[in-house]
Amino acid sequence: MAQPIKEAPTDQVHLKGYIIGFISSIVLTTVAFLMVNDHLTSHHSQFPHALLIPLLAGLALIQFVVQMVFFLHLGTERRPRWKFLVFWFMLLVVLILVVGSLWIMDNLNYNMMMSPEETRVYMHEHQGF
Amino acid sequence: MNKESAIHIEKSNSKITLGFWLYLMTDCILFASLFATYAVLKSGTAGGPNGEDLFDIWFVLGETLLLLTSSFTCGLAILSSQNRNVKQVIIWLVVTALLGAAFLGMELSEFGHLIAEGNSWQRSGFLSAFFTLVGTHGLHITVGLLWIITMIYRLYSRGLTPSTLRKLMMLSLFWHFLDVIWIFIFTIVYMIGVL
Repeated sequence: MAQPIKEAPTDQVHLKGYIIGFISSIVLTTVAFLMVNDHLTSHHSQFPHALLIPLLAGLALIQFVVQMVFFLHLGTERRPRWKFLVFWFMLLVVLILVVGSLWIMDNLNYNMMMSPEETRVYMHEHQGF
Repeated sequence: MNKESAIHIEKSNSKITLGFWLYLMTDCILFASLFATYAVLKSGTAGGPNGEDLFDIWFVLGETLLLLTSSFTCGLAILSSQNRNVKQVIIWLVVTALLGAAFLGMELSEFGHLIAEGNSWQRSGFLSAFFTLVGTHGLHITVGLLWIITMIYRLYSRGLTPSTLRKLMMLSLFWHFLDVIWIFIFTIVYMIGVL
């Protein structure tokens, strides 16, 4: 008797996963949109920015994970999990790049707290700077 | 095909898709640097309009739903390829391409409006960063559309061979990846941008 080939069709995907991914992505997008729309139509009284921005970022991150798992099938490969490893390395590089850029530029703005006019005068007085 | 050669094909396939995956991850880093640039230049409007003045969030919601649906139909094409139904694969790819083309059309019309009103990339640092980030995504979508069209032709002329199946899998990864990038453009550029 021939055994069913165990490793035959790899990366089998299922309709259920795509439907879950699609519906939850729509819901997450719509929730983010409605919050922003509420905020705008209420002339910035509904949801303060300090609450809204982390909420929007959180919703985006959830949707990111949902799509990575259900659409790009992250984490379903068999060992050794090279894709998974590379994915985490990518996240590390992205984090350093984005947080690092914002941090440096924020410091720069802080240390150069001048109006454009003051900057112009400063540059003029310190030729070759 | 005997079992040994099937395993051999599978092994070389997984190497190729890993290579493609590496490309996608480096593309993420490209987009991350553009997002960082945008975040830094966001307030640099040079006295010109900011996000709240320029963006129509209902329009953007429409774009987002088009791209999301096209990502889903691309997944349905993969499902049909597993069932070895080449006709269905082609139909879903055509649907995906049409939705993608509609998305690209909306994006181009948004760009056209901005430029016509004098708010091109030359207006301010904010707009330069905006056009570079969203334009790079649009360029990827354009390449994706061309790829889908050549894929449809290949499927039509050769059917579902191991080679076309592998290419189809990579195409779907690319297309889903573009939707993943759009989540962040939607959130960071448009949703947070209009606050």
